[in-house]
Amino acid sequence: MEYRVSEQSERTIGLGSLRQRRLVAERRGGVKRPVLVLAVAAALAAAVPWFVDDYTTATLSRLLVLGLVGLSVALLTGVTGLPTLGQTAPFAAGAYAAAHVDGPARLVAAIGIGAAFALVAAPLVVYARGVYVLMITLAIGELAITVAGRWKSVTGGTDGLVAAPALDTDRGRYLYALAVVGVIVALVLLALRSPAGLLLRASRDDEARMRASGHPVTAYLTGAYVAAGGIAGAGGALLVTTQQYVSPADFSFDTAALLLLGVVIGGAGSMLGAVAGTALVFAARDWLSGLLPGHAPLLLGVVFVLTAYLLPRGVAGFDWRRIGRRDRAAKGVLWRTSS
Amino acid sequence: MDPYLIPALDGVAYGLLLFVVAAGLVLSFGVAGILNLAHGTLYAIGAYMAAWLADGGWAAVPLALVAGVVASTAAGTALAGLLTPVKRGDHLTQALLTFGLALAGGSLLVSAFGPEDLPVRVPAALDRPIDLAGHPYAAYRLVFIVVALVIAVGLYLAVTRTRAGMLVRAAVDDPQMVACLGVDPTRVRVGVLAVSGALAGLAGVLGAPIIGPGPSTAATVLLLSLVVVVLGGLNSVGGTLLAALAVGEIQTIGVALLPTTAPFLLYAAMALILAARARGLLRRWSTA
Repeated sequence: MEYRVSEQSERTIGLGSLRQRRLVAERRGGVKRPVLVLAVAAALAAAVPWFVDDYTTATLSRLLVLGLVGLSVALLTGVTGLPTLGQTAPFAAGAYAAAHVDGPARLVAAIGIGAAFALVAAPLVVYARGVYVLMITLAIGELAITVAGRWKSVTGGTDGLVAAPALDTDRGRYLYALAVVGVIVALVLLALRSPAGLLLRASRDDEARMRASGHPVTAYLTGAYVAAGGIAGAGGALLVTTQQYVSPADFSFDTAALLLLGVVIGGAGSMLGAVAGTALVFAARDWLSGLLPGHAPLLLGVVFVLTAYLLPRGVAGFDWRRIGRRDRAAKGVLWRTSS
Repeated sequence: MDPYLIPALDGVAYGLLLFVVAAGLVLSFGVAGILNLAHGTLYAIGAYMAAWLADGGWAAVPLALVAGVVASTAAGTALAGLLTPVKRGDHLTQALLTFGLALAGGSLLVSAFGPEDLPVRVPAALDRPIDLAGHPYAAYRLVFIVVALVIAVGLYLAVTRTRAGMLVRAAVDDPQMVACLGVDPTRVRVGVLAVSGALAGLAGVLGAPIIGPGPSTAATVLLLSLVVVVLGGLNSVGGTLLAALAVGEIQTIGVALLPTTAPFLLYAAMALILAARARGLLRRWSTA
């Protein structure tokens, strides 16, 4: 009650700017708080394998990996405004590259191949918007699975590929995955706080204005797409390290759709939300298929539908209408004076 | 040429089947602006109905047709109802919703009809090979080609010559203006999704002996018809027909000639066409 009164009085006597200033000050002073929260969360996550059995640790490692791919989906879908169903493709490219490399070079090779794949595919993606991006990325993802299933000399076909083991214990592999995911998440968060993040968001929100101001929007989108490809490639390396086996089934259309669901549940604008949401969705799928063999798709489908109705903007809240806007403009529903 | 006659004819049958399915997808995409990821499930409903009802007699054919088309039309209408709260242009939510319905619907179909691929019995008179320039060819496929051609022509006439078709074309070009002329956009949307469901169901019943009902049917049909829609230019009947025939031939002759590269050909063609047209897409593709 007190809050409402003060807010109203601020508005009536024009103290809004004061309140804004206070909010800004709070935000500045609070910079350390999320860092602290993250540090505590990371410490807790690192302590987990000492409290659970090996199987749970291995499961958590896999969820971390998928969470990292979810991060790349969120970077494209939420921040860049390119909703994607195809990050399974650089994920697969990175994983197969990683399966052929041992030791510390594995992660580097996978990131490089994932990014290179994205660079090649970028011209297909960055000129399209909205639902066309969904369709193009879907095609790219399907193409990647088809190649993975057929190019037997490199991928082992549908039989899959067993990779050389890295690190001895499930605990070690989990901690390694946690460290890599932690570093990448931190780097992405830092990048998004920098002018680069601002430019991406601005390109998403008002492309015409950005272009008019002389910004090479296509280059920004390409950069983001390549970065997301590198992140998905890193996910591939971690997948190979944690499960020591890779097959086309790891990159199916269902996986792509679940990644998107996880990202939407987490709120596509929020990177940490995307990691958590993706991990949650895959955990729920595994749990459901153990609990009700054969009926997991039904319940999962219900989760999809409920998410579409209840959380179209995710828990972190995001203006999804922006993504469809240029589509509407394209169809002639153009109210704004700019095109 | 002779050894490729049979694969080529198979390609025509396959392509026409994909055309009927994809025509429904084009309608829902072009008119209602919905990327319906549950479209393959609508086909599967029709195909399961055919497998369930067809017993090798002629009487079962109209029965399966009516049951399949009614069931998938009802499903399409229900889909339109479920999509009502979602804003036009909110493609991500539409994709999540329709994919969820596809997952749930597929699971329900599997629990109703079992996890195996079901055999479909065609009327005994058609269940035999006939002689075609010295090659035996399944009689049902020939009949299917004729029936599908009739459907294609009927669809073309419906879109170009009837008032409903005019409305559909107008709604693709300028939905706002159509609404201003006093046509309720909700009715257009429900109608389009119902017709789209009916086409998928019709294709499912007729095509069940070609792409039979099973747990993976919905995904196969959805992805192939998505490729057709994209290659065909998204809102043109003629383009969709050409693309469907091309995809059919790639899937049959292509596999016979280039067994290793044919599967890539399809998606690579789709990605390239999309990229080449991406800028044009944003303005508009071709009109019908």
